[in-house]
Amino acid sequence: MTSFIGTWALVRMALRRDRIRLPIWIVTIAAMVVVVAVTLDDLYPSVQARVAIASTVAANPALRSILGPIFDPTSVGGLVAWRMSFAAMVLVPLMALLTVVRHTRAEEEVGRLELLGSTVLGRRAPLTAALIVACGASVAIGVAVGSSLALYGEDLAGSVALGLSYALAGCVFAAVAAVAVQLSGSGRGATGLAVGFLGVSYLLRSIGDATTGSALTWASPLGWVLEIRAYAQERWWVAGLLFIFVLVLTLAAYLLVERRDHGAGLLPSRPGEPEASRWLSGPWGLAWRLHRTQILGWTVGLFALGAMYGGVADGVGAVLSETPELEEIFRQIGGEQPLIDAFFATTMAIAGLITAGYVIGATLRLRAEETGLRAEHVLATAVARTPWALSHVGVALAGAVVLLLSTGVGAGLTHGARVGDIAGQVPTLVGAAFVQLPAVLVLAGLTLALIGLAPQMTGTAWVALVAFLLLGQLGALLQLDQWLMNLSPFTHLPTVPGEQVRAEPLVALVGMALALGSAGLVGLRHRDVG
Amino acid sequence: MESVISITGLVKTFGRTRALDGLDLEVTKGEVHGFLGPNGAGKTTAIRIMLGLLRADSGTVEVLGGDPWHDATELHRRLAYVPGEVMLWPHLTGGEVIDLLGRMRGGLDPRRRASLIDRFDLDPTKRGRTYSKGNRQKVALIAALASDVELLLLDEPTAGLDPLMEAVFRDRINEERENGRTVLLSSHLLAEVEALCERISIIRHGQIVESGTLGELRHLTRTSIDVELSTPPTGFAELAGVHDLEIIGRRVRCQVDDDVLGGVMRHLALLGIRSLASHPPTLQELFLRHYEGEADRAWGEAGR
Repeated sequence: MTSFIGTWALVRMALRRDRIRLPIWIVTIAAMVVVVAVTLDDLYPSVQARVAIASTVAANPALRSILGPIFDPTSVGGLVAWRMSFAAMVLVPLMALLTVVRHTRAEEEVGRLELLGSTVLGRRAPLTAALIVACGASVAIGVAVGSSLALYGEDLAGSVALGLSYALAGCVFAAVAAVAVQLSGSGRGATGLAVGFLGVSYLLRSIGDATTGSALTWASPLGWVLEIRAYAQERWWVAGLLFIFVLVLTLAAYLLVERRDHGAGLLPSRPGEPEASRWLSGPWGLAWRLHRTQILGWTVGLFALGAMYGGVADGVGAVLSETPELEEIFRQIGGEQPLIDAFFATTMAIAGLITAGYVIGATLRLRAEETGLRAEHVLATAVARTPWALSHVGVALAGAVVLLLSTGVGAGLTHGARVGDIAGQVPTLVGAAFVQLPAVLVLAGLTLALIGLAPQMTGTAWVALVAFLLLGQLGALLQLDQWLMNLSPFTHLPTVPGEQVRAEPLVALVGMALALGSAGLVGLRHRDVG
Repeated sequence: MESVISITGLVKTFGRTRALDGLDLEVTKGEVHGFLGPNGAGKTTAIRIMLGLLRADSGTVEVLGGDPWHDATELHRRLAYVPGEVMLWPHLTGGEVIDLLGRMRGGLDPRRRASLIDRFDLDPTKRGRTYSKGNRQKVALIAALASDVELLLLDEPTAGLDPLMEAVFRDRINEERENGRTVLLSSHLLAEVEALCERISIIRHGQIVESGTLGELRHLTRTSIDVELSTPPTGFAELAGVHDLEIIGRRVRCQVDDDVLGGVMRHLALLGIRSLASHPPTLQELFLRHYEGEADRAWGEAGR
């Protein structure tokens, strides 16, 4: 048991460091659930109204794909469980995995953990403490969500099941991150692995749910989270399955801890070139070298996303013709094509959000270079600040273009192959993907502005992305004012394919991105570095 | 003498902390200048201002005849910098970093690069994250020494090196001096500065408290005397200019101000000298003298 010595001291320290961060996550998610419950109750007060809305949802494969199926629309709780599922599938897992990386690998990287490790501290203590904090926060979210809905008057068993599904979603990805930090040599790499696992889980589930009854849903832990079926004859054994999954991952992480050295990952480091190649000779060469692995990984991921959505798109109508009531709706909206268009528009909107996430992370590498004391090597040579900043931002934006391109190509190839029109589908869907670019540019500009003008607050870029995600997900449902919706650059993008593209909003977004970016560059030129 | 670094009245504050408080510094062409001070005295801040990484609040700074804030890139072609804490890119090899920094500075001499790698015994195929602190330091040192520049700004460059590598480093700095390069060497290692530098500036609380050649600084200070007398020691307490007096039987140890040395020697001669050892102050003693006030104050505060 000596390998756990010092765990509680670390837990206390982590809670102190996160005394603002974690309460914000917990309160925001619980408050959203309550607001959505009140709104849905208001909009659909009767069982008939709720069943009616649920049947139109069932008719929309894009919505099923994003949020999962509605298992039982008769209660408000059942609708809330469906409508807020992205909190369980994205927000809680992100909170948990970021917390674990932050208190293990990231600490180890900057050497703070070494300082503590030389005091009385067991080998497993840091990982245990991080898991306690991350799982504790997930359980807190689950308790807050479950108890609020129970107090609102929803079914007690359903509320417990919903809270449990949120808590377990967090614990699963805390455990995933615990394994990832053993495998990778850096905090950034570990975050990438864990987020990648989250992305694949979401993708599998969303494709499984777009084509009902697919085994793919069961291949994803996020599928299990939804399959607990809160407020719809809860299936408690699925919660047991998730619990076992958490235990297995945690045990694996502990075994890996024993097998690696402090500061090192398990994936080995090979010797490299004794001399720099011709390409590695200036800021652009360096930036490309630093960003290329990440760009490659994201490109493969988004190509797979596009290809998998493209592969199921032509089947989205098939589900509908199975039942007569749905077939009626189907005919009213003009056949299959609008459905497929809407499905792709949604796919591209997701790709846009993911690309925005990539571009924020990639642009923030500028700041990481600075705080990591690597920027000063470059800035003490004949490289000026603006070219240095532009090299990173330029490579990040080129990466964003490649990401969107590969999503469009992936979707175009598989969908085109299914409908026998590759030559026509590839350009159409690449165009649909590129429509997202102006909004992505705005987030890159915002990040650069923060780096130049408020370098202590660069995390705000992530807050903005989550806020835009929430506006997109909940804005229409909560009937928010248009000016509030307009804050998100994604609000201004046309729904493509299926809608005429107007140039004005896109040009305005690009202009805004340029203004933000220039302000950032000016700020960077006039402030202290380091 | 042509001046390479010329700083007057430099002030830099971070929030409420006054990191530099009217710093003056003069480094002339071709000298190895020691920039000596304890941790937190402001050495790194001053060097980062000389590089144009930080902006001065007030005062004038001239490096190689230019303003480091406005002419940064032009000046950076003519100087090389080794930071006190060298962090490297995790996936780049040491060899790649040396080449990259050299190229961004405007080229480096391949023969010098090879000989430096050899003499510092560096494996250039290892990746940044696998190097120890000392090896990271070597990478930055080789990158700086291999490039063809007029001025070297070295911030505690030997902090992670073992004694063998420290000796290699000293040899190289002596060669640089012969080649006519100017070196600003910040350090809190007194022996290093004493061995390498002809002129020294001592910084404390963001101000230069003493500046000059080692000889000039010693002139301001005291000589240590360790003497065994043939008669019981008397009358020392009345002598002005005698410090840190220690009397054990007939043995007397003390520090004597140079201007009263003659009087003290006459007094000793009257008492009868059996054996006498005397040496000029080491930098250590010089240093302690500058900081003894601080130590006293720290004790005083702790006692309160």
